[in-house]
Amino acid sequence: MPIDYIIGQLVNGLRLGSIYAIVAIGYSIVYGILKLINFAHGDIMTLGVYAMLIFMTMLGLPIWMVIILSMMISVCAGLLIERLAYRPLRSAAEETTLVSSLAVSTLLQNVLLMIFSAQKQAFLLPDYMTELHTIGSIHLSTMNIITFASVAVSLVVLILVIHKTRIGTAMRACSENLTAAKLMGININKVIVFAFAVGSALACMAGFMLAGEYKTVDPAMGFVPGLKAFCAAVLGGIGSLGGAVIGGLLIGVSEMLFAGLMPTTVTAYRDAFVFVVLILVLLFKPTGILGSRERA
Amino acid sequence: MRHMEKIRLRDSNIFRLICFVLAPLIIIIMAGQKNGGYYNGIVCTFGIYALLAASLNLVNGFSGMFSMGHAAFMAVGAYTSAFLTLAPQQKINMLPGLPEWLQNVQLPLLPALLICGLCAALLALIVAFPVVRFKGHYLAVATLGLVVIVRSVLDIEGDVTNGARGITGLPSSASIWLIFGVLVVSLFIMYRLLSSAYGRSLIAMRDDQVAAQTLGVNLTAKKISIFCISAFFAGIGGALWGHTQTVISGQFFYFNMSFKIVQMSIIGGMASLSGGLLGALFITIVPELLAPLESGFVLFSYPLPDLYGLSNIIMSVFLVVLIIYRRQGLMGNSEILLDTFFSKNTYTSVFKKDEYKHFAKACINLCQRKKKS
Repeated sequence: MPIDYIIGQLVNGLRLGSIYAIVAIGYSIVYGILKLINFAHGDIMTLGVYAMLIFMTMLGLPIWMVIILSMMISVCAGLLIERLAYRPLRSAAEETTLVSSLAVSTLLQNVLLMIFSAQKQAFLLPDYMTELHTIGSIHLSTMNIITFASVAVSLVVLILVIHKTRIGTAMRACSENLTAAKLMGININKVIVFAFAVGSALACMAGFMLAGEYKTVDPAMGFVPGLKAFCAAVLGGIGSLGGAVIGGLLIGVSEMLFAGLMPTTVTAYRDAFVFVVLILVLLFKPTGILGSRERA
Repeated sequence: MRHMEKIRLRDSNIFRLICFVLAPLIIIIMAGQKNGGYYNGIVCTFGIYALLAASLNLVNGFSGMFSMGHAAFMAVGAYTSAFLTLAPQQKINMLPGLPEWLQNVQLPLLPALLICGLCAALLALIVAFPVVRFKGHYLAVATLGLVVIVRSVLDIEGDVTNGARGITGLPSSASIWLIFGVLVVSLFIMYRLLSSAYGRSLIAMRDDQVAAQTLGVNLTAKKISIFCISAFFAGIGGALWGHTQTVISGQFFYFNMSFKIVQMSIIGGMASLSGGLLGALFITIVPELLAPLESGFVLFSYPLPDLYGLSNIIMSVFLVVLIIYRRQGLMGNSEILLDTFFSKNTYTSVFKKDEYKHFAKACINLCQRKKKS
């Protein structure tokens, strides 16, 4: 097998992995504080993508404005969901909130389905975003470089926020012990809202990248990548930011290598492969790679 | 002797008999009159959903685990029954990859159902060994993963499963009688199981794992066994579903189906088998009622466009509202329906004078109370 091919697959894996990583960060932040698997996270991603589609094709706004506006919409949606579906259930068992998040996920998917129909729609980036750059034997589009950069930037910024700012300290306290944090006078609602806002904004960004990758959008596009990102977060050690990124990249790369290097009869099991990895991780190292150090 | 003040209608055995045994029986008989009709279809769907929801409650409500993998076990049941009941000629055309001995087998539905259940239970056994160790929502995600894995196998192994096109032409031999016969027998088995020592220790495990363990409950064995038992009934439910639809493919047994069954069990109440029945009733009927809204209706003389997905939206909103305001589901953990169904007392009460007196008094009481208010 030519080495170029393997490198190409590696780069593809990193591209996909970066997207998982960004979604996984959102999962991880929310999970770290609320111990809630927010299944609707993947659908907030889809929502963000549809918002972009409207701003881009119907209103013809420049791309940076599109991203900012749709991020704002995603954040609003995330906060609304938190307020209406999760906050009343804060004292409930984790399974109850899980069901609530699944219901919200179905709700979002069906709202999008109702408005935009189930048909796939084209998601075309402007030419300068898809322009290819060649470094050695690696081909990357501007979009890919933005993807990599945004993973790095968001990781660094978030780690700084969590370790250097007041709200970050509050977040760490909340993830240690929500009740104790509340008793110490931390406004936990503020912290949770912040976590949801960051998670939703990142989900929207990931949606942009995912749609750029596939070039089409449909109402159910976010759910399975969302689940995979959750697997990534578990693999990296849920609750840890660095872990989410490492997990995301590992899942992306191994998925791509699996798809590229295995015999063709097996490659179709890509999705199944990710979940087998999840089960194995949960069995043998439930704390994930980075364990529960550096909780977000 | 009962006190005069406390006579309530719902305590009357006669009343219960009428509501929970006779009325359903009449509905089933009426729906059974015309095979293949619209109401027949709905009642059949209800029967199958009830079986699925009740079997999910075994795991989710009584053992303290939370599984979302019912669609996977259904799929195994449905495909197994397709392998066993299709005519050899159909199998050669559609499923050339099947082994020789399976190609020539054609069983009647009833023994096939049993084998379907066993196959699903076998999958559950394999899966349960690693999976039951997971806590809380990790188990939910792992079982959701199982659904993805099973779907991938169904879509990809085209020689054996006909791929994403699915299997068509299953014999539609699941009559309403068979479905409700299976349902009643299964419910009876589950009900007796839960009232046995096994069921008690299961509930003890749900309420407090450590305490149960100190009292000598083998947690892992209990968890694995109940997971398999639940999958057994799910497999049967899946097979019946296949025989009412006559078409099965991987896409039917995906997240939507899993989520639907979880929804039934949550709405009805997880810790009650009758809750499963009630949830199934709700999930079967309400979308049917909402269906006209989806294909465009007229609101204040303003015709709305097609709103495909509206019933799902309403159902999810309802679910969120329900778990916020009544987390334990409609039934909570009471078992009024099945207690009536399976207790001898209900049926012998027909021959007792006292019961009629009680019933009459309760009716009079109710009327008087209504007049006062």
